[in-house]
Amino acid sequence: MTNATSLPDADGHFGPYGGRFVSETLFAALDDLRDTYDRLWQSPEFQAEFDLDMAHYVGRPSPLYLAKRLTQKYGGAQIYLKREDLNHTGAHKINNTIGQALLAKHMGKPRIIAETGAGQHGVASATVAARLGLECVVYMGVEDIRRQAQNVYRMKLLGAKVVGVTSGTQTLKDALNEAMRDWVTNVDNTYYIIGTAAGPHPYPKLVRDFQSIIGREARRQSLEQTGKLPDAVVACVGGGSNAIGIFHPFIDDKDVRLIGVEAGGKGLETGQHAAPLSDGTPGVLHGNRTYLMSDDNGQILGTHSVSAGLDYPGVGPEHSYLKDIGRAEYVVATDDEALHSFRELCLLEGIIPALESSHAVAYACKMASQMRPDQTIVVNLSGRGDKDMQTVADIDGIEV
Amino acid sequence: MSRIEACFSALKAQGRQALIPYVTAGDPNPQVTVGLMHQMVSVGADLIELGIPFSDPMADGPVIQLACERALSHNTSLAMILAMVAEFRQDNSTTPVVLMGYLNTVEKMGYDVFVAAAKEVDLDGVLLVDLPPEESADFAKNLRQAGLDAIFLITPTTTEERIKKICAVGSGYLYYVSLKGVTGGASIDTVAVEQKLDLVKQHTKLPLGVGFGIKDAASAARVSQIADGVVVGSVLVNALGDNANDPAKGCAQVVATLSEMRQAMDAAV
Repeated sequence: MTNATSLPDADGHFGPYGGRFVSETLFAALDDLRDTYDRLWQSPEFQAEFDLDMAHYVGRPSPLYLAKRLTQKYGGAQIYLKREDLNHTGAHKINNTIGQALLAKHMGKPRIIAETGAGQHGVASATVAARLGLECVVYMGVEDIRRQAQNVYRMKLLGAKVVGVTSGTQTLKDALNEAMRDWVTNVDNTYYIIGTAAGPHPYPKLVRDFQSIIGREARRQSLEQTGKLPDAVVACVGGGSNAIGIFHPFIDDKDVRLIGVEAGGKGLETGQHAAPLSDGTPGVLHGNRTYLMSDDNGQILGTHSVSAGLDYPGVGPEHSYLKDIGRAEYVVATDDEALHSFRELCLLEGIIPALESSHAVAYACKMASQMRPDQTIVVNLSGRGDKDMQTVADIDGIEV
Repeated sequence: MSRIEACFSALKAQGRQALIPYVTAGDPNPQVTVGLMHQMVSVGADLIELGIPFSDPMADGPVIQLACERALSHNTSLAMILAMVAEFRQDNSTTPVVLMGYLNTVEKMGYDVFVAAAKEVDLDGVLLVDLPPEESADFAKNLRQAGLDAIFLITPTTTEERIKKICAVGSGYLYYVSLKGVTGGASIDTVAVEQKLDLVKQHTKLPLGVGFGIKDAASAARVSQIADGVVVGSVLVNALGDNANDPAKGCAQVVATLSEMRQAMDAAV
């Protein structure tokens, strides 16, 4: 287990997961990206450039906040929130897009493309593109465009072109297919900013490395504020970038439980969910081997979650590995549980969380009530809920 | 000698090139496929690439994605496709058949189960577009041990180092993707293709098929002058899609297109 932090191997494998399962056209580009990344990530100048942007553009470090009234309500472990919702653009996604946009700049690519589900990664990509003067095209399923109209408008304000994807289930996985097709066609001048810690090597590694700033801060802040490491770290898992970002710096701290919360949708038993680690099997999609939701014939299944950002049938390969070796635990929270926590956090703490992050809050509250008051849980509050107003109002039957 | 090898060497002896049509199995419905395969052979197809429909065909354009959706709406599975190959073999023992698709369908069936079943139905080769040589050493070996060929793609962006690696693991023939993009994309630039093929030929004696961007008899004829085989897909699949409610008409268009291509290729020799 001690070598879990040294993965992936040179070919991008986390045990049997990860790798590079893409069409031949992309290999040269992936080799180029891997070599550029490996060189730059070791360079103090690049690190300084990244850290400066994290501090002055994103607004890091994000606070680690003790949610006192929430803690009181559940009467057990102290619940701390890692406030990624306070980042510029409202979620953890910006950590990754800043890092990858710097790579694009160093590689001399004038055009970036991205896929997006909830729209947070699309907004974060459009943001960095505007700042660096790069052309930006964002692929988004038409179903998600409907659910996340405000983020679509944000992207347009930021100068990005949003392309509606009508194939397949018209959600995140189809947007990813379409972005890959664009990349295959325009590989010479285009950098593809994948939004989560999945896809072909080196994406799972570099996205994790950029997002690990969350876990490094949370670890240091826990020691400063509580004098010890947390007993558990909880994060929601769609593709899994916010989760791997907060988990990774804790992997060698064996006494810290790492808990990923997948979208249980209408309940695992209904099949209408987006929980490949809890109810899927290993397979190959979008360039990596990982746990997937697919049928007996290997066709990818449609998913369901109230949160567009978790509505994805796969998951980053490092999570598949951490599950198999038992270092991280993966559980689910249903739509209803997430919505309950969404409202509770609004009323008890004055924080409107993203529906994605509400899944993590829901499970953390459940755990907290079974734990002692001297124990602590750190929840990654990966994004804010402004984008979800329409979804929640629709559920409440209210016109906004 | 494998059936694919025999096919290419017989053509070479005649100074001709292989016409290789691609259709998605089960498109527009599973009852059409075996009959269509025979029809295509009757107008001069030398080798058939049969697509395994997949829900997320990342390397394909909208034409083949829609074909996959039509086939999947009839629940066309890999097991059904293998049965189609067996049925085809009852009346045709010479035309090679290659399955082309994405890894997850095969992975779900299980590599060993798939290879055994493929051998049983007398399939000739497999091309999985998202299974590169570095991830497929065992699979390629198992295929070869079962007498099947593992076919790989080479593209305009493939470096010479990778060409060597691909030539070492591939067998049967190599499929050169003529352009950067997805299936059904832009038109082919035969000058650029010829330059790259010259490089590939320095590293292999395998026959070279060229596909992507071949849309009509004229482009098929041009490609046949620089390659050992001409792969044509989206234009055929389009005909099936346009006539999804009248498969006989769609098949007739496929046959007419292939027939024109065959004549143009043979006239160009």
